[in-house]
Amino acid sequence: MSEEKSRKTSQFREIWRRLKRNRAAIVGGIIVLLFVATAILAPWLSPYQPNEGDLTKRLKAPDREHLLGTDPLGRDLLSRVIYGARISLQIQLVAVVIAMVVGIILGMVGGYYGGIFDHLIMRLMDILLAFPGIFLAIAIIAVLGPGLTNLMLAAGIYSIPQFARIVRGSVLSLKEKEFVEAAKAVGEKDFNILFRYLLPNSMAPIIVQTTLRMATVLLTASGLSFLGLGVQPPTAEWGAMLSNARAYLITAPHVATVPGLAIMLVVMGFNLFGDGLRDSLDPRLRD
Amino acid sequence: MGKYIFKRIVMLLPVLIGVSLISFSLLHMVPGDPAELLAGEDANPEFIQAMRKEYGLDQPLYIQYFQFISHVIRGDFGISIRNREPVINLLKERFLFTLQLSFLSILIAAFIGLIAGVISSTRQYSLFDNMSMVGALFGISMPIFWFGLLLMLVFSVHLKWFPAGGKGTLWHLILPAIALGAASSAVIARMTRASMLEVIRQDFIRTARANGLREAIVIYKHALKNAMIPVITVFGLEFGYMLGGAVLTETVFSLPGVGRLMVEGIFQRDYPIVQGSMLLVATTFVLVNLLTDIAYALFDPKIRYE
Repeated sequence: MSEEKSRKTSQFREIWRRLKRNRAAIVGGIIVLLFVATAILAPWLSPYQPNEGDLTKRLKAPDREHLLGTDPLGRDLLSRVIYGARISLQIQLVAVVIAMVVGIILGMVGGYYGGIFDHLIMRLMDILLAFPGIFLAIAIIAVLGPGLTNLMLAAGIYSIPQFARIVRGSVLSLKEKEFVEAAKAVGEKDFNILFRYLLPNSMAPIIVQTTLRMATVLLTASGLSFLGLGVQPPTAEWGAMLSNARAYLITAPHVATVPGLAIMLVVMGFNLFGDGLRDSLDPRLRD
Repeated sequence: MGKYIFKRIVMLLPVLIGVSLISFSLLHMVPGDPAELLAGEDANPEFIQAMRKEYGLDQPLYIQYFQFISHVIRGDFGISIRNREPVINLLKERFLFTLQLSFLSILIAAFIGLIAGVISSTRQYSLFDNMSMVGALFGISMPIFWFGLLLMLVFSVHLKWFPAGGKGTLWHLILPAIALGAASSAVIARMTRASMLEVIRQDFIRTARANGLREAIVIYKHALKNAMIPVITVFGLEFGYMLGGAVLTETVFSLPGVGRLMVEGIFQRDYPIVQGSMLLVATTFVLVNLLTDIAYALFDPKIRYE
């Protein structure tokens, strides 16, 4: 047991060593950490209440009192952006966990058992993928209706095929390996083989996909909220904050710039960190 | 080749059936009586009954589905609940617009992406390479709708070079097309660069250089031709994604596209509109992917024998 443990530690050290050398990944990791910290510490960081506005101070440009200015209802933009991190992180986590759990199960069952299961699951994934990009999430919202819960579900379902395909591919190549054959020969149950042999060895691509998906889900979810199909006002969500910004482009351009900048930074952080992880976890995964 | 295309088309059928099942079930999955939904708010009982008869909603589900399919095949997507116009008329106009927008976008994205990718690959780790790869990172990280707002802020509000919305001329389409194409140009640039770098390292390029061919001919004739094969797949895929992403651009610039039509349909509970847009966009996407695969097989004979 201790030998296995030390082997794992050295593997972890090697990955960490490679990750540390990757400057872009470090920058991405720092952005992600700051984002998570902002989300957790929102009540302590924000100078004002995110949903309380002063109508006498509408659309004020950034100044000492309101560092990023105020929105059309006189609410402090900085506080709303900070609280927006909270709702974004919540959406990302819920959606990615849904996609990961369902995707892993579908991918493992399809890849391991093959045959009709595999065929059905993969055709189902093809059908989901027949809706291009955000259109799939919109189609799901069309069925479920707008709102935060349905947004998280839609963003989750939207990401299932990616996880299912990756896990299936990994299981397909692993199940012919000797250690799996050996496990079968000594009479291990399928459940154990799936979760104790195949899953741990598929973790590298799953972790990479999880990180990169956090970026895609944020883009999609904020897009849906921008369209009015996701998080509803007055909740401070970055996409929703931009939805009526067009009307104030001339009088208050900061209303249109700040929330989008937040989305872009966080998406960039996850992209950089995910790319870095991919290179460090397994250099062969590079595309 | 014919066999390969036939196989791909056969594989397409279950997907198309799945897509049609999803659009069909939309009306039955939202809460409420489908006939009442189709009749619209404040409809009198006679009208609801008439809708039930006309759409065969009193029939078993599988018969309704076959009726739905046979109507769709004949181009009948039903009647819009809001303005009582055949859905096909609205779809036709809106869809053509989205196609135009996506087409212009993919042209812009291909132009920028190919040039940036090729130059980057010939000067790996140069200033240009680093700049365009940072640019690509921005391209894939920026939300389409926000980039659209920024373009509007700079080029319509301040510089007044382009109109801030609406349709009419090519001029109206430039900013929306750039906003929509930014992410794709980033993907194309990355893919072109990676593919070129791989090809340039191969023996036949070394031979071409050793034979004393001019560098421009080596790069643009020999290397680019081979590097383009994987890039073609990206073109198709990105064009398809644009059909979906267009909904965001259309909203920012208030353009009459099919994405916007669908979102309005969701808000107004105009289900025939939503069903029609879903079917049309998904079917087009699937067909674009089919054409991409065929093009890929044409250029790369290895694929056909898999």
